[in-house]
Order: sequence, then C-alpha cells, then structure tokens
Amino acid sequence: MLVQKRDIDYLRNQARLLRIEILKMLTEAGSGHTGGSLSAADIVTALYFYKLRHKPEDPFWIERDRFVLSKGHAAPLLYAVLAMSGYFDKALLKTLRKLGSPLQGHPSSKSLPGVEVSTGSLGQGLSMANGMAMGLRLSKLSSRVYCLLGDGELQEGQVWEAAMTAAHYKVDNLCAIIDLNGLQIDGPISQVKDIEPVQKKWQAFGWNTIEINGHDMAQIVDSLDRAEAFKGVPTVILARTIKGKGVSIFENKVKYHGVAPTKEELDIALKELSDGTGF
Amino acid sequence: MGQVSELKTEVKSFAGLEAATRDAYGEILYKLGLENPDIVVLDADLSSSTKTQKFAKAFPERFFNMGVSEQDMMATAAGLSLAGKIPFASTFAIFATGRAWEQIRQSIAYSGLNVKIVATHGGITVGEDGASHQAIEDIALMRVIPGMTVIVPADAYETELVIKEIVKYKGPVYVRLGRSKVKPVMPEDYRFSIGKAYAFSFGKDVNIVACGVLVREALIASRILKDKGIDAGVINLSTIKPLDEEILLRAAEASLVVTAEEHSVIGGLGGAVSEFLSSIKPKPLLRIGIRDTFGTSGSSSELMKYFGLTGEQIAEEIIQRLR
Ligand SMILES: Cc1ncc(C[n+]2csc(CCOP(=O)(O)OP(=O)(O)O)c2C)c(N)n1
Ligand SMILES: [Mg+2]
Repeated sequence: MLVQKRDIDYLRNQARLLRIEILKMLTEAGSGHTGGSLSAADIVTALYFYKLRHKPEDPFWIERDRFVLSKGHAAPLLYAVLAMSGYFDKALLKTLRKLGSPLQGHPSSKSLPGVEVSTGSLGQGLSMANGMAMGLRLSKLSSRVYCLLGDGELQEGQVWEAAMTAAHYKVDNLCAIIDLNGLQIDGPISQVKDIEPVQKKWQAFGWNTIEINGHDMAQIVDSLDRAEAFKGVPTVILARTIKGKGVSIFENKVKYHGVAPTKEELDIALKELSDGTGF
Repeated sequence: MGQVSELKTEVKSFAGLEAATRDAYGEILYKLGLENPDIVVLDADLSSSTKTQKFAKAFPERFFNMGVSEQDMMATAAGLSLAGKIPFASTFAIFATGRAWEQIRQSIAYSGLNVKIVATHGGITVGEDGASHQAIEDIALMRVIPGMTVIVPADAYETELVIKEIVKYKGPVYVRLGRSKVKPVMPEDYRFSIGKAYAFSFGKDVNIVACGVLVREALIASRILKDKGIDAGVINLSTIKPLDEEILLRAAEASLVVTAEEHSVIGGLGGAVSEFLSSIKPKPLLRIGIRDTFGTSGSSSELMKYFGLTGEQIAEEIIQRLR
C-alpha cells in the first residue's frame, strides 16, 4: 500500500508533476481533453496520494477504496495518476489513443487494471459508484467510493436519479466530487444551461455538501477527511476550479476542452510548470 | 403544422467535394434556416462537433442548446414538433440513439412526430475517442422502431440532398453522419429520394450493397474484382428503412450478395438486407461490418483496416468466399 501522508507541499508538487505528465501524453496523442484533465488534477492528486487506500501492485485488492471517473473524457488525468502511483510503466502513457493501446480514448476497465469502470458516456458514473458503495457495504467492507463528475455532466438526468438513490439508501461510504470549472463544450455552463444554485440542489436532494476551492490542496485534503467522517448521508464536495488550471494559455478557455496542446504550447506549458530547476 | 412550400435552396455546393458529411449538414441546415422559419435546431453541448453551430449563430432564437441532456433534448424536440415546428435534434450517434432511445420511441415515433434526428460520429471512423463514442449499433436501434426512416448518406453531397429532402417529408427520420472527411462518390446529377437506392452498376457475379463510407470502399473493391475477372456491381443503399426492395431483388440476381457498413453485422444494413432476401429470394450473403465486437481507439484509417473494411480487404474476402 502506498504511504499516504498529509503533506501539503508534497501533494502540491505531485499535482504539478501530474499536470506535466498529462500535457506530455496529450501532445503525443495529438488529440484528447486538456481543460478538464487539468482542472481536476489537484483533486485527483489528493485522492491517489493522500486519501485512497489502494495498492498499485495489487489493483484488484478487495479492500481498496474505489475511484470512478464519471467525466471519462478526463482519461489522461486518470492514466497519468495511475502511472505515477505505480500501476504501470510511465512509458505506456505515450500510447494514449493509439491503436492497440490499453489507454483508450475514454477509460476502459477491461483493458487497464486500475480503471474501475468504463466511462466516457456522461452521466452514468454516479449510479455505478452508488452500486459499488452499496455492494461494499453489504459485504461489510469499509472501502469507500469516490466519484468525480463534471459540472456540465450535471445536466444529465441520470445524475439526479443517482443523487436520489444515494440519499435514499444513505450511501455514506460514497463521496461525489464535482469539478465546477464553469465550462462545457459549447461555452460557459451559465450560458448553455445553468446548473446553479448547485449547492442548494444537492442539499435539496438530501446530501451533505462541502464547497471548496478545488485548487487549494489544504482545503481539498480537509474536505476529503470531513466527508469520510460524516455519517448518515452521502457527501458531495463542490470544488470550484479553473478549467485548464496551471497553464495560462489554457486557463478558462472553452476551446481547450477537447484540444490537445501543440508542441509549441507544450513548451510554454512545461516552462510555466517548471519549478525553476528546469526539465 | 406549417405547410412546407417547395424549397428554393440550391444544393450544389458540396457536389464533387471531399468533406465530412457533418460539415455538409451544418451548411445546408443554415441555408434551410434562411428560407424556412419553421426549422428549429436542438443540440446537447456538441454543436461545435455536429456543426449545428452555424445555424445557432445565425438564428439564436431558433436554436436550443439543451446542455448534456440527450433524453431531455429528444422529448423537447417532440414538443416543438407538436407546436408546428420542424425540429432537428443533433448529438453524437451513440448518445442520440443509445441514451435517448426510449424517448425517441415513446415521445417521437409512437406519435409519428415530425422530428429529424441527425446524428454525427456514426461508426468506427470516429477514431481516437474509442469505443464509448463509436456507435456501431445505432442503425439497428433506429431501424427497429416502427415508422422510423433511417438514412446513411455516402458523402457530403448526398448529405445535402438528404437534409433538403427530409424537410419535405413529414415524420420521424434518423440520419447517420460521420466525423471524418470522405471523398465524393455520388455523381453530380444524382438526386436523392427517400427509399430509393442508387446502383452504380449491377454485377453478374457479385453485388455489393453498401452505405456511408463503405460505398467508396465497395467501389474500390469492385474495381479490384473486375481486374480479377469477377463482375461486381455496387449499390448505395442510403435509405436503410424503408428498403428499396426492387433494387435488392435485382441485386440478388448475382451469385453472391455482399453488404458493407461501418456498423455491427448484426441488425444494421446487413441485417435489413438479409431479413428481406431470406424471406423473398434466399441468397448466399456475405455481411461485412463490425463483427460483434466493440470499437477501439486509433486513427480512422487505421481502424478501417483493423476492422477489415477497406476496398482491398473487401475484395479479398469476396474472392475467398467465391472460391
Ligand atoms: C452522454 C454524453 N453526451 C455528450 C458527450 C460529449 N461530451 C464530452 S465532454 C462534454 C462536456 C462536459 O462538460 P463538463 O462535465 O463540465 O466537463 P469538464 O468541463 O470537466 O471537462 C460533452 C458534452 C458525452 N461524452 N457523453
Ligand atoms: Mg465543466
């Protein structure tokens, strides 16, 4: 099992390295989703290097915590964090989206250990996470299930069906996290089809809600701890984020939802993400 | 419902051009929007990919971005048609037909409503996005719904003609378009009408009945076969429902009928043709398509080869079969 420590500086640095892996693999692939991978990078770092009880060397360990990437288009984020955790060789990241690669354009659990469920069609992950959490509870396992959704994804009706299910069955070994980056493909969420007031919605559906800045590592870590401690109803962490976070040319840009960096853009990004020691 | 008068739009712009069928859709939809105020368009956060964006920009009051809510979109489109509009609902083929299947069945088709579902990203030529985004079941899913018309244009030009034609038709229609660029195959004097297939030629030995991007591959295959002394005809069966039974009966005069599509070999074009021929004129049939397996990531041209859908591979398979 990975040693999980509450070391904010260490986690921040892991998130920085994670962003670098994401951008490199996207550039190599020539296509894929940049913005939504970067906006959730801090959250996913805190999950894999702080919160999740998991054993990269034993991906099917029965007592592990589970992570469901409901917003499956952020696959590069998942692949990069799995590689950094030691699930597979980082060299494999170069094969993203290529014919024959286990790193499919959207996560495929059949082709890559560490990927808990296949996603890519939005709106289905929370239902699957509910089912996993209820099953684990039935088996008297103390494993927890984390599910990351996009804010545009909240427009899918199935999300709200699942929200009712989790509240009704008091699935408190489940924690949903919403990447509230404010953007979807066709523009700002508020213009395409608004989801606000999002906290009130989740509260009305019977959830415990925690709103945080999704790039403040201390707040992320703290919210994950509070979610685990809260019993009786499921918790949703409403993480306010910036799409494309970490690279100025991608930040808050609708265009970089589904566009990979060019070689030149990668150079700029690597410069910005460098810690001064150079790469 | 508003009576649609004869459309004035000149549809010539994509004749002979290499372009993605979705690009042709975006253009013609915009042109039709200029002339017909009853046309309204719905999309589910994919207007930049489905190319409805041009219409959206030109006619913001007649465009409804439903967000990522395909089920909501289909039922809303049903309501708009009940209010006398001619709704075009667009998203990726898998989400249109998979996610919102029962909404299409219940809200749209059961009442025979005048909703045009024009889905892009059909088949494996979607490419790198992989299986989750590659619809290989959509033709089957739409074809099975009573009263649904199902059309798969072969190139950008045919797409223009199809979109213009379905505006004149009253009733539910599913049109499957692609993501990748396609070379032109249809002649400039070609005219589309619903339910009429187009025969490039009839062969004595083989007739290849194809739709979508496979029409071009079938033409390549027929040339290769000709060089080997095998007389192979090619038919573009762009309307999969209702079937052009007459042309299929003629095609079945050859010793072998071959179907070709970037769709599962179960339930799509191959399914439709074999259902028909087996009950009227049983015939050895070779169904080329995705063989009951999911798609995968890769470039669209790599995937055409991977799944055995190129003209060369089709010709080879036919030669093997005739042996
Ligand atoms: C059912 C379904 N419909 C449409 C899509 C296409 N799609 C991919 S990402 C996306 C926008 C998602 O926005 P959001 O959830 O906010 O994601 P993020 O901003 O975190 O990238 C859409 C519409 C899809 N993958 N699944
Ligand atoms: Mg978003």
